[in-house]
Amino acid sequence: MKACVVVFPASNCDRDVAVSLEHATGIAPEMVWHGDGSLPDCDLIVLPGGFSYGDYLRCGAMAAHSPIMRDVVARAKRGTAVLGICNGFQILTETGLLPGVLMRNASLKFICKDVHLRVERNDTPFTNAYDKNAVIRIPVAHHDGNYYTDEGTLNRLEGENLVAMRYCGQDGYVTNDNNPNGAARNIAGIYNEQRTVLGLMPHPERLAEEALGGTDGAPMFASLVEALS
Amino acid sequence: MNPQTSMSPLETNNHSAEVIKAHGLSQEEYDWILQELGRVPSLTELGIFSVMWSEHCSYKSSRVHLKKFPTEGPQVICGPGENAGIVDIGDGQAAIFKMESHNHPSYIEPYQGAATGVGGIMRDVFTMGARPVANLNALRFGAPDHEKTRHLVSGVIEGIGGYGNCFGVPTVGGEVNFDKSYNGNILVNAMCVGLANTDKIFYAAATGVGNPVVYVGAKTGRDGIHGATMASAEFDQDTEEKRPTVQVGDPFTEKLLLEACLELMAQDAIIGIQDMGAAGLTSSSVEMADKGGVGIELDLDQVPQRETNMTAYEMMLSESQERMLMVIKPGREDLARAIFEKWQLDFAVIGHTTDTGRLVVHHQGDMKTDLPLKTLGDGAPIYEREWVETPKQDPLDPQDVPAPNSLSDTLLKMMALPDMCSRRWVWEQYDHMVMGDTIQRPGADAGVVRVHGTNKGLAVTTDVTPRYVKSDPYEGGKQAVAEAWRNLTAVGADPLAITDCLNFGSPENPEIMGQFVGAVEGMSKACAELSFPVVSGNVSFYNETQSQAILPTPAVGGVGLLPDLDKRMNPALKQEGDVLILLGEEHGALGQSIYLRDIVGQNKGPPPPVDLAKEKATGDFIRTLIRNAQVNAVHDCSDGGLYVAIAEMAMAGNLGADITLGKSPLPAHAILFGEDQGRYIIAASATDADDILEQAQTDNITARRLGSISGLTLTIEGKNPISLKDLAQAHEDWLPNYMNTR
Repeated sequence: MKACVVVFPASNCDRDVAVSLEHATGIAPEMVWHGDGSLPDCDLIVLPGGFSYGDYLRCGAMAAHSPIMRDVVARAKRGTAVLGICNGFQILTETGLLPGVLMRNASLKFICKDVHLRVERNDTPFTNAYDKNAVIRIPVAHHDGNYYTDEGTLNRLEGENLVAMRYCGQDGYVTNDNNPNGAARNIAGIYNEQRTVLGLMPHPERLAEEALGGTDGAPMFASLVEALS
Repeated sequence: MNPQTSMSPLETNNHSAEVIKAHGLSQEEYDWILQELGRVPSLTELGIFSVMWSEHCSYKSSRVHLKKFPTEGPQVICGPGENAGIVDIGDGQAAIFKMESHNHPSYIEPYQGAATGVGGIMRDVFTMGARPVANLNALRFGAPDHEKTRHLVSGVIEGIGGYGNCFGVPTVGGEVNFDKSYNGNILVNAMCVGLANTDKIFYAAATGVGNPVVYVGAKTGRDGIHGATMASAEFDQDTEEKRPTVQVGDPFTEKLLLEACLELMAQDAIIGIQDMGAAGLTSSSVEMADKGGVGIELDLDQVPQRETNMTAYEMMLSESQERMLMVIKPGREDLARAIFEKWQLDFAVIGHTTDTGRLVVHHQGDMKTDLPLKTLGDGAPIYEREWVETPKQDPLDPQDVPAPNSLSDTLLKMMALPDMCSRRWVWEQYDHMVMGDTIQRPGADAGVVRVHGTNKGLAVTTDVTPRYVKSDPYEGGKQAVAEAWRNLTAVGADPLAITDCLNFGSPENPEIMGQFVGAVEGMSKACAELSFPVVSGNVSFYNETQSQAILPTPAVGGVGLLPDLDKRMNPALKQEGDVLILLGEEHGALGQSIYLRDIVGQNKGPPPPVDLAKEKATGDFIRTLIRNAQVNAVHDCSDGGLYVAIAEMAMAGNLGADITLGKSPLPAHAILFGEDQGRYIIAASATDADDILEQAQTDNITARRLGSISGLTLTIEGKNPISLKDLAQAHEDWLPNYMNTR
């Protein structure tokens, strides 16, 4: 699997996800500058976490207009897998590749902590190494992770099984108490219709190694290698 | 541009007493300037003197005492005097770190004050070629029931998070305390630790003649003018009016500045580099030229500006953030410019080095400044302030301290005290995991970050117990250093060196100065005995409002090295059946304890003394146990004593314990709540425990069997049960409840 990581001004999880990708594939992903006109040939495009353009105007709004994004959108529409983590998810919604918006957390505070997630389906390039309905523990770290879209779209996402992961308890039950940011229907991540694009607020790259306190993020990268190699 | 022929614009009338006072200069200092220059300074020059000779920049009251700090050791690459201190961590790598205060701005405008404190300290670190890898902070707020406290806590925490989270450095540790002495003067001390290769370290010294002086980063505006002077004055009722002197931070620009600087530093282009912090362009140009023994000539028309009609005075004194000054090798301008333009940052050649030893500033065709650099930097006034030793407190017999009705209820109460409760509400607002190398998250004795790409780690902590320092500055100073050393030891690290942030009231008050001198001497003693030198630091005086001074607060930031991350430890109890051992002596020291202050309601007695020889022996013993994999948990006993420490270990591991009071003749509350120093609780398997107790006896280290691990309840000799659930609730709820109360 050949992966590219797009680096925007003030991306700050670009190196972190590159480390996880390298662990999974054995080769370092290509780091692509946001100002470049096009991406090299690749099987996976990662939009990393961070504060692209300082989150000014609106999270992800300016990055969505970076020169590289035209090619990212074009490749995504041709079926190249795209993983947007945290700020990457925000950018994906701003480009329209994924519906909805990430609003300010209900607490109005930045929140950095481990959360439990229920993996809603395991037949996608991102989740094939997880068990169906597996409960995993990885962290969130965001100020704007409160997923929102209209009821119709929410119903469609659920109807078409496009919710990738939901915030839940350790036991897998999805309750308000386990919703860290007020996201509609506890949504932590969603797919596009083809399930080739995933936007996810939590950070799988932050718990993909025993030394960091957990490995539940690692199967996501293993899944991608399995599906895209 | 020969200074001799164009002196005329500098000629001016004598300044009025009001103007001199407004610049924070005494009449004696002003007379000194007249004598040094042989003429009246221009207004711009007066402004330059005002910031360079401010307490904040010149250390004029502290310098004679700071010389007492031990600053050397085989691990030290660079001690105090540069932007940050540097220690060797082996394999051609170095840790670069410093702590600095941003107290005054944070009181006036908590979000921006704290944010720019973080920004400033990170700039100090990456100026030297290091990538920041860990942030910490030491925060002190007024009494919880003071009307401003909530607002200040909320703003400061958000400001720290807002800057560090965006910039992308994990905030892995720190302290938050409350005391009414900080009602009018909160303390915001920010620490940053960075990593660099030892062959890629950059210093401030400008050398050579005719080399380009380059300005990079954000544009200059009118913000922060006279920040350094403000930070050197007492607050009065007009403090709120000083809001325009608080700088505004932009972490996005700083992140770009970091990446651009590191990219340029990988090239062979930079001679010297200095961030524009306090006193901005003035202090950076003076320091660079002075350190390199050259002169510097600036043309302010070339300075990137974001406001119109700025005067030379304003540009020289602006504290606009996210700016750097560099002297680069001639011919490298285009290479450097291309890098900064890629990162969409301003880049301008604004002057050159000279051989005159003078700071010469031109603006709109006029010379605005022509000053000898020696007078501004090393030539600043130095004061031997009058001081009196703090009187010793009478000893306190633990038998004379009232016992509580219920030991367990008292523990529950203590775990929920403002100074003792969980800080989760704070550190969950900080990104403490970005960069993917956080091995020990906040909440343990020290934070640990991995040295990227290796199996080494850096352990980091900030510590001081201000109430101890108030009671006995010397012992309190010792204790602050010893506790940092102990916290690094408890995670298994070799303590390397410290940075400090010495927060005190007015040095013009002999009692306050006595606190300062005592604390510095106590710290020096501990640093020397523990081979734990000071490599960087900062002094913040005048932390008082209407003559009410803060508790003396010499915050210590300690850095240690874990040579092998597989051999590290944390406080969490892990194994049912493990034996608990207490190492260190028990004297039931209740003087200045949390129990005495917050449960009994008295502030008296001496603080617990630190026996540095025993401290070292016990700490070295603990580290060996960790390296030999003989222990399953380690935690030091600090605020609140033994009972609090075991409760913290139980909560961290969600395992209960039964402890014994031992054979001591002391009353139970003195054993449980006494704050004797140099103590650790460890957990080990029954077999290892026997070996450890035997070894301790051989090594002449006091140790006793404290108890064992079982269940989900904490008991004392089978009595006083407290469920971990109740304990955790008491511990976790106070801060969020407090902050959510309107």
